[in-house]
Amino acid sequence: MEALEQIKARVEAAVPAAKIEIVQNASPSQQHSLMIDNEHARDVAKWLRDDPALRLDFCSDVTGVDWLDRTLKKTIKVKKVVDGEEKEVTETTEEKIPGYIEAVYHLYSMTHKHGPVIIRMRTPDRGENSRLPSLMPIWRSAEFQEREIFDLYGVKFDGHPDLRRILMWDEFEDYPMRKDYREPDDYEYEPTPHDDVVEKAKRYYASRPQSDGAEGIVEGAKPA
Amino acid sequence: MSEGIDEVLRRELQRQGIWVTSMQELYNWGRKNSIWPLQFGLACCAIEMIATAASRYDIARFGGEVFRPSPRQADLMIVAGTVTKKMAPQIVRLYNQMADPKYVIAMGACAISGGPFKQGYNVLKGIDRYIPVDVYIPGCPPRPEALLHAFMELQRKIDEQKLSGSDKAAHLDPEQPSEFPVPSFGKHDLEPPANPDVFRPMVIERG
Repeated sequence: MEALEQIKARVEAAVPAAKIEIVQNASPSQQHSLMIDNEHARDVAKWLRDDPALRLDFCSDVTGVDWLDRTLKKTIKVKKVVDGEEKEVTETTEEKIPGYIEAVYHLYSMTHKHGPVIIRMRTPDRGENSRLPSLMPIWRSAEFQEREIFDLYGVKFDGHPDLRRILMWDEFEDYPMRKDYREPDDYEYEPTPHDDVVEKAKRYYASRPQSDGAEGIVEGAKPA
Repeated sequence: MSEGIDEVLRRELQRQGIWVTSMQELYNWGRKNSIWPLQFGLACCAIEMIATAASRYDIARFGGEVFRPSPRQADLMIVAGTVTKKMAPQIVRLYNQMADPKYVIAMGACAISGGPFKQGYNVLKGIDRYIPVDVYIPGCPPRPEALLHAFMELQRKIDEQKLSGSDKAAHLDPEQPSEFPVPSFGKHDLEPPANPDVFRPMVIERG
C-alpha cells in the first residue's frame, strides 16, 4: 500500500477544498492517521472507498477519543537585554487547547487485502457543538459503532439515520466514557481495595463512617 | 427425619416392606428431586452451566435437567453471569413471573457482587440487591462441580423446609412477598439502586 503522505497528496488533488493533516503516532505501532475536516469528510471518505488503487471498502472500527481542555507549557530560552547586559532568560508560554472529541475510523480493503488506513475527525468542542458528519452512508458498518460513540461520548452524527443509544438505556443522560464522567455514588465495601477504590473508600468513610452499601439504603442496612 | 416416629422402628418396618413417611418428607423429597431451572444465561458462567447440564457433569443425576424456557414452569433461577444495569429489571421481572416456591442461585463473582466489573458504571453490584438469593457460588466462572455443589446445597435447604408451624417455608406464608419491585431506568442509575427490603449488606464495625 502506498505511503500516507502519498494518499494525502492524492486526496488533496481529488477533493481540492479538503483540509487534511497527518497526525503522527509516536508509539511503537507507528500508526499515523489522516485528520480530515468535517465539512469535506464525506467526500474524502467516498474517495477513499472508491479510488481504484486504495478501495478501502471495509470499515472495521470506529472509536471515540475524549480530549479534555489542556494547557501546553513551553519553556524557551530567549536572549534579553537586562540592565544593559545581554542575558539568557527562560520564558514559559502557556497555550490553552480547548477540549474536543475525536472519532477514529480504521479502514481496510477487502479487494486489495491491505490496510489499515486510519482517518479521524474532531468535534469543534465537547459541549453543544460535539457534532460530526456521519460516515454511515459510505460504510454501512459504521452504523452501530457511531451509535456507540453517541451513547458513550455524546457525539452527534449528522446524517445518521437512527441515532439512538445502543448500550445504555434511552432514559440515561450521561456519557460514561467521557473523562469527566462521574458514576453514581454507590460505593460498596470491598475487602481488598486498591488504587482508585482506596481513595473512594477513604472519601466514603470520611463522610459516613458508620455506613456501607448504596446511597439511600443505609437505614435498612443497620445491624439488628 | 420424620418427626413422631422412632427411627429404629421405622427401619425395622422398612425391612418388613412397610414404608412409613410424613407428608412433609414426601413433599420435600419430590420437590428437591425435580428442580426445574429457568433456561437463560447472561455471560461466561452460562457456558459452565451448559457444561453442567451436558453429559459429562449431568445435572440430571440430581433431577435438574429440565431447563424450562418459560418462567411459569421453572422453580430455580440460576443467575449465571454479569448482570448489567440494563438487564437487571428483566431479571427481576422474570423472577416475579416464576411461580412459588422458587429459588435463586447466584452463580459466579458477577452475580454475587459485580465481580471484576464492580467499579463499573454499567454493572449491577450483585443480584441480591433486588431479589433474595438462596445459594451463592463464588468463582470466575465456577466449575460445573461448584454448580452441582450449590444445587445439592439447595436440595438440602429444600429438604429442611417445614410445611407448618411458625417456621414454615416462606412460600407457604401469605405474609411473605413473592414478587419484588422492578427497578426503573433512571437518568444516572437504576432507581432505586437497591431494594432495602431485600438487600442488607454487611456493616463494618469500626472501633
